[in-house]
Amino acid sequence: MKVWHFSEMAYHPAWPELRDSYRVVIPNRLYDPKIGADLYHRYLDEWALCDELGINIMTNEHHATATCADSVCTIPMAILARETKKVRLLALGMPIGNRNDPIRVAEEYSMLDVISRGRIEMGFVKGVPFEISPANTNPADLMERFWEAHDLILKAMTTHDGPFNWEGTHFHYRSVNVWPRPWQEPHPPVWMPVGSPGSAAEAAERGMTIGVLNTGWVRTPPIFEAYRKRAAEAGRPATPGRLAYMALIGVGDSREEGQRRADQILDYSRTSGIVAPQFMNPPGYASVAQSAQALRMSGAGFRAGRIQSRDGRAIDPRKMTVDDAIDAGLSFAGTPDDVFDQLRAFYDHVGGFGHLLMMGQGGLLSHEETVANLTLFSKEVLPRLSELG
Amino acid sequence: MERIQIADLSLQVETAGEGRPLLFLHGGDYFAQNRTFLERLAQRWQVLIPRHPGFGGSERPDGFRSVHDLAYLYLDLLDRQLLRDVVLVGSSLGGWIGLEMCARSVERIGRLALIDTLGVKFGGREQRDIADIYALPTHEVLRRTFFAPERAAPDHSGLDDAEALSIASDRAATTLYGWRPYMHDPGLRRWLHRVSAPTLVLWGQSDGIVSPDYGEELCRSLPNARFELISEAGHYPHIERPDAVAEAIEKFARVEVAS
Repeated sequence: MKVWHFSEMAYHPAWPELRDSYRVVIPNRLYDPKIGADLYHRYLDEWALCDELGINIMTNEHHATATCADSVCTIPMAILARETKKVRLLALGMPIGNRNDPIRVAEEYSMLDVISRGRIEMGFVKGVPFEISPANTNPADLMERFWEAHDLILKAMTTHDGPFNWEGTHFHYRSVNVWPRPWQEPHPPVWMPVGSPGSAAEAAERGMTIGVLNTGWVRTPPIFEAYRKRAAEAGRPATPGRLAYMALIGVGDSREEGQRRADQILDYSRTSGIVAPQFMNPPGYASVAQSAQALRMSGAGFRAGRIQSRDGRAIDPRKMTVDDAIDAGLSFAGTPDDVFDQLRAFYDHVGGFGHLLMMGQGGLLSHEETVANLTLFSKEVLPRLSELG
Repeated sequence: MERIQIADLSLQVETAGEGRPLLFLHGGDYFAQNRTFLERLAQRWQVLIPRHPGFGGSERPDGFRSVHDLAYLYLDLLDRQLLRDVVLVGSSLGGWIGLEMCARSVERIGRLALIDTLGVKFGGREQRDIADIYALPTHEVLRRTFFAPERAAPDHSGLDDAEALSIASDRAATTLYGWRPYMHDPGLRRWLHRVSAPTLVLWGQSDGIVSPDYGEELCRSLPNARFELISEAGHYPHIERPDAVAEAIEKFARVEVAS
């Protein structure tokens, strides 16, 4: 089991000033670059510490939001590619259906792979619906663009006798010739976050590693099962190493301390879905059937029911407690024994997975608390993960 | 409902009434609410009501994705049906398609009636000519769309499956054709002089999606157009005041024919 530390680099100082939306429409006068610089450096310090602790590193990106100040996922990776020496670096990742230039993505990932001497894992993400407005990309053909960009990026990274021609539906280049070529052969491992059995199957066909985020006890098993089934049919590996699960992890010397840390990290879950409703489901982003259902519920139903308790009860993420989150399988929290036991129960419930995406920092959890959280995890939980198989 | 094969596309067309041909091109939303207006038009004309490909769950071939494709499709439809002296009526997105058609050919088009049409960019790069319906709260979009939203806006809570799917599919198709550049073709303004058919530019006085000022500027940009406001109406005046809009079109067609 590989463990990856993930933080959204939240700009939480703006949160007290926000109400109905933490995204898209909030002006950046609420961002103080001097405070922001201090925050960037402390988050980077926490990732750099991971190199000593044996925890791998995961970044992501969001736009026009105070919940995640990492608007370019490859920028922290570029810093960490040089600052770290051992651990692997995962961007989960690049919203390639929202970026206008796939060749630039291939160049960024290739350059990172060479500087890090082959430690890059590259994620391609669809992006949440409220990323559509900042990117102003057409939601109705987002996945068509995503897959064309995916194909072009991989071809660009694996073609070593270029240039070649690409005149597709969405992207047009007459001289694709990416320098440098990536360190890893044929290219860095490819990841995709998925939230449904259908997209898990699409990833399985292509042998991608799937990252499953915020799906919990109820929604995760059918996603992993769909992956295993389709991968087997397609002759692709369905090993645990192709499956990743994200959890918010708070570990402490006492149960109270671990749960208190998890409670602060949970502010990620409590804030990240607060978006003005008109950005929740741009027409065409979701399937027509999903949008039809939301229409009848005056839009209120879209994205509802995403967080569920173990017995299928809907949990309002804004009011979620640590107990709710542990019950839902979103968080593992308490003493090292508690965390390991909860993790093992979840692991067995979903049929195993090879990567634990550990949100070890979120919300207002301070630098000192984050360092303690990561350090204790690496000493007391990480060594036991081999017991899981 | 008839299906007419045009190239690789099977187009859904409903025909109602008898008389001189009138082609109605619908807007992006509220398709079902066109009914009263279309029934009134069908008392005088043979009304052709195609469903734009991708709307209402209809077929849309791969790569068929722009308003230019829609314009060529409907020019083909007129050719295929050997229609002449057609009254072309377009609402909102449908008006944009009508302008694109007429910029290409008015050979089969006798009269053009545009109802709160989209499609042309007049303002500067930091000015939004057309309200961003995807960035405004629902109640604000309704307020801008209708003069009296409490009367005109349909209640979606009681829809059956087929109706809800149809509307969701309309909205997805509208974004496909109109998301970027937002509800306009940057090149269209340059060719408006080619829209030489006698044109009636109708506008809801309370349209908060595209203002009457925009309509007047459009009218000034067309070689043979006049402008008429419809009071107590928003972006879809033919839905809020079907008789007033139908009468204006009837009068326009009659007067212009007489002259």
